[in-house]
Amino acid sequence: MARAREGSSPLFAGNAAGTLRLIVYLALAVVLMVLDQRNGWLWQLRSAASAVVEPVYRLAGLPAAGVHTLGVAFADRQLLTSQNQRLREDLLLANAKLNRMAAVAEQNERLRRLLDTQHSLKLNVQLARVIGVDLGAYRYELTLNMGSRDGVEPGQPVIDAHGVMGQVKAVLPHTAVVMLITDPSHAIPVTIARTGLRTVAYGSRDGDQLSLPNLPLAADVRAGDKLLTSGIGGRFPPGFPVGRIDSVAPAPTGMFQVALATPAADLDRSTDVLLLHDQAEPKGPPDLPVPAGPPQVLAPAASASVAAPAVRPGQAGGVPR
Amino acid sequence: MSRARLSQWWFVGTLAAALLLMLVPLPGVLEPFKPYWPALVLLYWALEAEDRVSLGLAFGVGLLADLLDGVLLGEQALRLCALVFITVRFRSRLRFFPMWQQALAVLALLLNDRFLLLLVRMLAGASLPPASWWISPFVGAALWPFLFLLLDDLRARLRIQ
Repeated sequence: MARAREGSSPLFAGNAAGTLRLIVYLALAVVLMVLDQRNGWLWQLRSAASAVVEPVYRLAGLPAAGVHTLGVAFADRQLLTSQNQRLREDLLLANAKLNRMAAVAEQNERLRRLLDTQHSLKLNVQLARVIGVDLGAYRYELTLNMGSRDGVEPGQPVIDAHGVMGQVKAVLPHTAVVMLITDPSHAIPVTIARTGLRTVAYGSRDGDQLSLPNLPLAADVRAGDKLLTSGIGGRFPPGFPVGRIDSVAPAPTGMFQVALATPAADLDRSTDVLLLHDQAEPKGPPDLPVPAGPPQVLAPAASASVAAPAVRPGQAGGVPR
Repeated sequence: MSRARLSQWWFVGTLAAALLLMLVPLPGVLEPFKPYWPALVLLYWALEAEDRVSLGLAFGVGLLADLLDGVLLGEQALRLCALVFITVRFRSRLRFFPMWQQALAVLALLLNDRFLLLLVRMLAGASLPPASWWISPFVGAALWPFLFLLLDDLRARLRIQ
């Protein structure tokens, strides 16, 4: 070992050259961070190096997968049997419900077609598997085993059997990173199922709850209310369960009520998730139907000249539901 | 000659293993207890073989770690550079500390590292992390004596430097 070298590691003195190099490296790192924050280089670099990065992710995901496999391999036979039985019952129940729903869905579809709206109850989904990789963002991200080669795009909603989990944030050729709805920088438009009140649910700082910080003081919100996606904003399709309200309290400012909600989806237990393919609405609210009434030629000339610039059928913003 | 090559591979291997360990998640409850492996392994090498560990290496390892894990490119490069610089500066003293004092020094280094990370994330616009986020440096310091002895013992057994 190079122990004999004198003066390479002085006991007390600091050398200026070392400090200078530190400063250069720190400055370089800061410049990189600022540029990356502006341009998103990290993900470009990751996709460029995906041939190296993705196998490493798969390798790092092996222990989690192994633990899961071991759990299945050493599970009690009785446990598996009871689990199987329960799943069978669930499937039976779900099928029965579906059969009844099919008729309702068909009727709904017909009525909606009559109303000329674009929403449909059809789901176009893709099954993906969660890779157990920790990408250093506390617990606000999931990694999936599908990427741009499988048709996954940033912005796609991700759901599981119980509700909305989040949306795809970035994709590599065979890997996608999902931002969970509990991420503090994530917001999802919701309605309260009981009252129809529209609001926005943000992720909370603790990482496993949702917070609804701006409910009007007069709004009727109670613990136990269910939250559904409202479909406003066009990112998440309407009608999916998001969570259930745990508590409501006045905000410290006294201007609003603040509610905390638990996500409906199993954010930290799901191993299989669904990627939704059709975006709910292309952009914004639906077009206004052409107003029925007397043709414009028959309308009084004065009112037509006032109304014409204000409302052009088919282009003006519609009334949110 | 092959002894030198083996020792080089061992050095690179431990760093690669640290990067991989950083990516491996722990089950939900234990998640905040995960130590920052690359820092611990770099610390070991900075104390034991200073001619190998330079600021440039720390920067490179940090960039690689950012590519694999990281939220921001350059974040871990910055943290690891600062860590290695302090370690190399106080190396002669740290090496002759008794193990418990060394573990305390490691705790201070890792806490400093967390502060740096917090600073960077705050400037990047992230929100404050939960309180459990501060557990990791303590776990790292508690693991330090075992990691140090393990790596030292393996090195002695393989008879490499």
